[in-house]
Amino acid sequence: MKIMNMVNAINDALDLKLAEDKTVIVYGQDVGVEGGVFRVTEGLQKKYGVQRVFDSPLAESGIVGTAIGMAVAGLRPVVEMQFCGFIYPAFNQIISHASRMRNRSRGKYETPIVIRMPYGGGINALEHHSESMETIFGHIPGLKVVVPSTPHDAKGMLIAAIESNDTILFMEPKRIYRAIKQEVAEGKFTIPLGKANVIAQGTDVTVVAYGAMVREVQKAAVMAKEAGISVEIIDLRSIYPIDRETIAKSVKKTGRIITVTEGPKTYGVGSEISQIALEEAFLHLEAPPARVSGFDVIVPLPKGEHHYMQDPYKIFYEIERTVKY
Amino acid sequence: MFKEYTPLKNKIFQVIDNDGKVINTKWMPEIDSERLVKIYKDMLFARTADLQIVSYQRQGRIYTYPPNYGQEAIAAGVGAVIKDHDWMVPAFRELGTMLAKGVTLKEMFLYFMGNEEGSNFKNANFTLPISVPIASQLIHAAGIGYAIKYNKEKKVAYAFVGDGGTSEGDFHEAVNFAGVWKVPVVFIIQNNQYGISTPTSVQTASENLAIKSVAYGVKGIMVDGNDFFAMYRVVEEAAKLCLNGEGPVLIEAVTYRKGAHTTSDDPSKYRTKEEEDAWEEKDPMKRLKAYLIDKGLWSEKEEDKIIPQFKVEIDRQFIEAENHPPYPKEDVFKHLYAEMPDDLKEQEKQYDRYLQWKSGKVKQQ
Repeated sequence: MKIMNMVNAINDALDLKLAEDKTVIVYGQDVGVEGGVFRVTEGLQKKYGVQRVFDSPLAESGIVGTAIGMAVAGLRPVVEMQFCGFIYPAFNQIISHASRMRNRSRGKYETPIVIRMPYGGGINALEHHSESMETIFGHIPGLKVVVPSTPHDAKGMLIAAIESNDTILFMEPKRIYRAIKQEVAEGKFTIPLGKANVIAQGTDVTVVAYGAMVREVQKAAVMAKEAGISVEIIDLRSIYPIDRETIAKSVKKTGRIITVTEGPKTYGVGSEISQIALEEAFLHLEAPPARVSGFDVIVPLPKGEHHYMQDPYKIFYEIERTVKY
Repeated sequence: MFKEYTPLKNKIFQVIDNDGKVINTKWMPEIDSERLVKIYKDMLFARTADLQIVSYQRQGRIYTYPPNYGQEAIAAGVGAVIKDHDWMVPAFRELGTMLAKGVTLKEMFLYFMGNEEGSNFKNANFTLPISVPIASQLIHAAGIGYAIKYNKEKKVAYAFVGDGGTSEGDFHEAVNFAGVWKVPVVFIIQNNQYGISTPTSVQTASENLAIKSVAYGVKGIMVDGNDFFAMYRVVEEAAKLCLNGEGPVLIEAVTYRKGAHTTSDDPSKYRTKEEEDAWEEKDPMKRLKAYLIDKGLWSEKEEDKIIPQFKVEIDRQFIEAENHPPYPKEDVFKHLYAEMPDDLKEQEKQYDRYLQWKSGKVKQQ
C-alpha cells in the first residue's frame, strides 16, 4: 500500500502498463517533456523514451485519428485530451470511426484506445476548462465512458481500460486530482468497467453520483444523517455501460432516488438513471426521482460558478425534499 | 523526380500522351509485357464492373454507388505497386486498388447492397473498410504509419482522398502528423475536378493541390492521373522513399470523374458537354490501350472477346451477393463491443419479445 492522490494513481497505472506491454503508447499535447499540464504523465517519457511517450502536434482530431490508425495496426494508444472542453475537434474521429470500426468491419478491426481527459468544474478556470460532457459521449454506440472518483478506482479502472479492446473515454475529475489521498495497492489490479460501487449502505434514499460529485454526496450524507435520514450512496463509475442492476436493487430498497451530476440537466445522465428507476422499480417508488445537476446554461466563469456547481447543501436540500415528499 | 517536378513549378508529371505515345522516356517505368497486359485487363475488369454496377443500381438491385469511371489509372497505378502486407486506407472511389488488394467484387456488392459483412474482407488484409466522412481516414493512415515505424516493419500505408477532401482540417492534420513523424505513408489525392458539384477552384486558391505538401515539409508531386505509366512510376518512387525512411509523400493525381459523384447525382447540372468531351481525349483506358496496341500487345478483337467474359463473372459475383443469407438480427447488436454490455443484451431480448409478439399478430391476420 502506498498513499497516493489521483494524479499519482493514474501515473502509476500508465507506468505499470507501459512496463508490461510494449504495444502501449502514451501521447498528447505536452504529455512528454512536461508530463502534461496536470503532471499526470510526469517522468514517463524519461523512463520509456520518446517513441512511447511523446508530445503530439496541437490537433485533437489528429491525436484521436492517429490513435485509431495505431490501434487497427496493433498498438494500444493511450491519448490525452488536455481538457474535456477541447475534445470537440476530435468528435468526428470518435463518433465516426473509433466507436464504429469493429462494427463496420464486422470484427476484423478493433480500436483499443483510451482517451483520457480531465473534466469538470470547481477549479476557477478559464472558459472551456470546466465542462462535463459525459452525456454526449454516453450516447454514442460503441463507446465506453468511465469516471473514477478515488485514486484507487482511478488506477484499477485505467488498467482495465488499457487492457480492454474497446475505445474508452476515461474522464478524470480534475477538481479532486490532488484533493483526495488514500492508500492504493501497489502492483497491478483491475476494477471491472461497467459495475457501480455501493459506497454507503442506507435505507431512506439512494443518491447516485460519480467523479468529483461523490465526495459532495458523502458530505451531504453526513448532514442528512444528523437530520435522521439514512442515505445509500452509489458511485456509478461507468456512464456507459450503465449498471442498471445496482441502481434497481438500491432503489427497490430505499424507494427514493436522487442523481447528482455536473453537466446540464436536460438529457443528462440523471435523466437516464431516473428512467431506469421508473422502469425497474416503479411500484417501490415513494417519491419522484430527483436530479441535482447543472442548469441548462454555459458553465459560468469563476465568479459565478458557485451558482452552477453542486455542493453538499444543494444535495442535502434535495434529499430532504425527496424524503418529505 | 520530386526535385524535378516540385509542385512549386506547377508542372505535371506525364509519361505518355493522349495517344499512348511515350513522351518522357526518362521516367518510363519498366514493366514486363505480360504483367502490363494483366494490369490492363484488371483495369478493364474494374471499368466493366463499375459500369455494370451503375446499371444494377438503375434496376433497383443495389443502393447508392459512387462510380470510378474515368479514374481507373490511379487505382491501377497504386494497385500495381501495393503489396499484400502494405496498408490500404480507402475513401470510396478506389475500386481497382481494393480489387488488387484481394477485396472481392462480391464484398463490394454486399457493402453497396447495405450489408456490413461486405467490409469484412476475407482475403484482403491490411485493408480498411470504405470511409465515408471526407478526409477523416487520412489521419488513420498517419497512425498506421507510426505503428509501422514503431514496429520496424517494411511496409507502406496508402491513403486516398478526393480534391474536395483537401479543404477538410483532417487532411492538413494527417499530412502534418505524418510529416512530423516521418512515417511511411503515401497520400493520394484523386483530383477529379469536382467535389460533388463544386469545382476545385472553389476549394482552394492554391495553384495545385500537391503544393500543399511544401508547407508540411513533405515531398509532393502532381501527376497525370489518367496516365497509367506516370501513376505507376510516381507510386513506385514514393514507395521506395517510404521504405527508405524518407516518407511521407503527397501525390496529386489529376483526373476527371467521367461519371456522376454517386448514382444520386446528375453532373449535367454543373458541367458542360465541351468539358466532358475535352477530358474524353485523356481517358486513361484509351491511352493505355493505344500504347498496348501500338506495341502489338493487345487488340480490339481481344478486348471484344474478353469484355463479355468479364460481364459473366461480374454477374456471377453479383448474384452471389444477392443470394447472400439474410441479415442476421444478432449482427445488429454483436459487433459494437468486445463483450456485449448487459444493457444491450436486454435491448436485444426486448426486441426478440416484440418480434415474437409481431409474428403472432401477423399469423392472426
